[in-house]
Amino acid sequence: MQGVPVATERKLQRIALVGNPNTGKTTLFNCLTGLRQKVGNYPGVTVQRKSGFTYLESGKIEVVDLPGTYSLAATSPDERVVVDALQGEIENLKRPDLVLCIVDATNLQRNLFLAYQIGHLGIPIVVALNRWDSARKRRIKIDVASLEKQLGVPVVPVSASRAEGITELKEAASAALDTPPQLKLPEWPEAIGDAVSAAKAKLDQFGKKALRDEALVRAIFDSDSQPLIRCGLTKAESSEVLEAAKKALFKGGLNPANAEAVILYRHIKAAIEPCINDADAVPASGSESIDSILTHRAWGLIAFLALMYFVFQSVYSWAGPFMDVIEAGKGWLQSGASSLLDRWPMLQSLVSDGIVEGVGAVVIFLPQILILFFFISLLEDTGYMARAAFLMDKLFSWCGLSGKSFVPLLSSFACAIPGVMAARTIQDPKARLVTILAAPFMSCSARLPVYVLLIGAFVEPSYGVAFAGAALFVMHFVGAAIALPFAYLMNKYVLKTPAQPFLLELPAYQVPQLRQVLLRMYAQGKEFVNNAGTVIFAITIVIWGLLYFPRSEVVQEDVEARFYEGLRDATGWSQEQSIEKVERDVALQAQLEHDISSTYIEQSYMGRIGKALQPIFDPAGFDWKITVGVIASFPAREVIISTLGIIYSLGAEVDEETADLRERMKAQEWLEGKRAGQKVYTIPVVVAIMVFFALCQQCGATLAIIAQETNWIWAVVSFTFMTSLAWLASVVVYQVGTAFG
Amino acid sequence: MILKTLNDLTAGQIAEIGSFKPTLVAGRRLMELGLMPGVQVRFIKSAPLGDPIAVDVEGRQLSLRRSDAAQILVQSA
Repeated sequence: MQGVPVATERKLQRIALVGNPNTGKTTLFNCLTGLRQKVGNYPGVTVQRKSGFTYLESGKIEVVDLPGTYSLAATSPDERVVVDALQGEIENLKRPDLVLCIVDATNLQRNLFLAYQIGHLGIPIVVALNRWDSARKRRIKIDVASLEKQLGVPVVPVSASRAEGITELKEAASAALDTPPQLKLPEWPEAIGDAVSAAKAKLDQFGKKALRDEALVRAIFDSDSQPLIRCGLTKAESSEVLEAAKKALFKGGLNPANAEAVILYRHIKAAIEPCINDADAVPASGSESIDSILTHRAWGLIAFLALMYFVFQSVYSWAGPFMDVIEAGKGWLQSGASSLLDRWPMLQSLVSDGIVEGVGAVVIFLPQILILFFFISLLEDTGYMARAAFLMDKLFSWCGLSGKSFVPLLSSFACAIPGVMAARTIQDPKARLVTILAAPFMSCSARLPVYVLLIGAFVEPSYGVAFAGAALFVMHFVGAAIALPFAYLMNKYVLKTPAQPFLLELPAYQVPQLRQVLLRMYAQGKEFVNNAGTVIFAITIVIWGLLYFPRSEVVQEDVEARFYEGLRDATGWSQEQSIEKVERDVALQAQLEHDISSTYIEQSYMGRIGKALQPIFDPAGFDWKITVGVIASFPAREVIISTLGIIYSLGAEVDEETADLRERMKAQEWLEGKRAGQKVYTIPVVVAIMVFFALCQQCGATLAIIAQETNWIWAVVSFTFMTSLAWLASVVVYQVGTAFG
Repeated sequence: MILKTLNDLTAGQIAEIGSFKPTLVAGRRLMELGLMPGVQVRFIKSAPLGDPIAVDVEGRQLSLRRSDAAQILVQSA
């Protein structure tokens, strides 16, 4: 950096994008930044933080995409972030130098409400008049020059979905950074000045330094008093300040509950009246005629079910081939690594069973996540997602959720990972949290092999195919049947914050843009790999270590000695003859290797943990082998099949259809204790295992994603609650089942 | 006299928003969305399962639950 005088380097300027939901804000953000985006979270809240860079004449500029909001009177964490960011209250995020306010040209009046609120904060504004193409099509005539004069700030017509007007917008932004334009604001009535003075007097009385006037006005109009509490007031003090301010408003003839809306709307109406001519405007009739089918009493529901069936069938079946390729690639890498590292057994196992397995465990989720978000973006961009919530709301409102929970919960039937991520479409933080906690109860595809194995081996032979099919169907809904009452109780007794009103805008239908959809998929996939991916990878390595160590040579020697002894007793061969036979006989060799690996697993830390914990699972009828299987499948439930394969000396390459595994399991008997000599897998045990798998939080990846989307506390709550519930339910099933035998 | 609420309208009916009952939690948000006293609304339809409802507010479709709509007084326009 020699020779570059640091002092002349200009500080990076920042533009914030603010606008109502459904105004094409994200599309515009993508137009400005392309792939130069950073996605993360705001400190302390789980609101997505998106920023990127764009290049103006003046150089590189940071662009921050703030969450969509109708108003600065924040009622949700999303909206709180917008208000705080605009006032420079967020750590490491200085007050923006300029706000690009995205305004829907077809709905000028309502969209300008937010622009005026921002204007009152004293931040320079450029108005991006988006959906210019739709406005023209609907013959809404807006005189941009006179609108600029009325508002006092640059107004740039833009059609973000066609990337039209972006250059002009950048030019306007560049000029605005040099000479900051201020919105022409309505005069506040005197009463508001009085209210501010009253609030200031109270603040003085409490010995707190006064906020800026505009921040105080915001605090008076807002429904929560967080800004006051943040500057050091207690709750009681802050409500006293607000009471004083509201009294002053009443005295001046204003109702504090609606003063802001009434004053601003009256001003906006007058300001835009001369600039807009919608005398021969065509109503957005398209949407209502589409809705006459899509939200129709009967057709609407049929279309909805058909669409959902198609979406999830696609997620399931399109992801299949990709997942097979990933599996094959993983197998290929594992065998390649194994032969390369043949001389270093520990390194060989670390690379193939730890690292490659861990990377595979992350990548395997990508096809489903990408495909699901392809459809979610499509549904949201067309405007159908809001209709889906409209259709389904009744089903969920009784338990404190809303129609917006439907898609995340349904997609959790394929896999809870994309399901939890899909809960981002829910704005109400409480409903979102409950949906996230309910998602892992849905029967994901990783539970299927467990059901198929156990039902195939034990239920079908005793009760027939029809009953087995019914059992499989019932198992799929055990979790859902628990999850909704759970959501009800969570809402009623744990999260006692007042419910947010369900208000949904049904936006006009639109043709989605492929580029936007692909960008969204890319961003989601990248975020998953960066955040949850690293945790999933780490968990896999830890589990590998627990299954591998301690690995003393003695174990192998003991097993070999016993194996040859057994052969000698059975055949009468001498030690040398046995060794020679085994060297030539592949089947005997495999048998020996499987015996060694099953003994290693028994000796491993995981095996020891399983044996130590068996008494806990004894009331559910699990022996130590099942316990090891259950413990080993905490990071990923599908692991149970291969773990049982190793424990029952069949090697890891078994699947749920392997007849040998079924036979081995059927033959298992208790060797000691009060049940010695009895079969291990009785019907009550089998059902208890399935119920356990249905309810237990056995998925490290889901925990990682819950932590990513909320915080670690909720991941721990989810784990503890689901695991205890699973244990309790399986004990009840076993005990009741055995008692009524 | 029985006061009519937004919840009492049927498909296609047009009415003018009168006032909000004080129990309405969503009042502020509704006003920010343009649904405020003096504004004309048209009841579009209710969802197939009966709740929520969709109304037209100055060319925009808003959906709200019946329990909230029942706290919004209207007068026929």
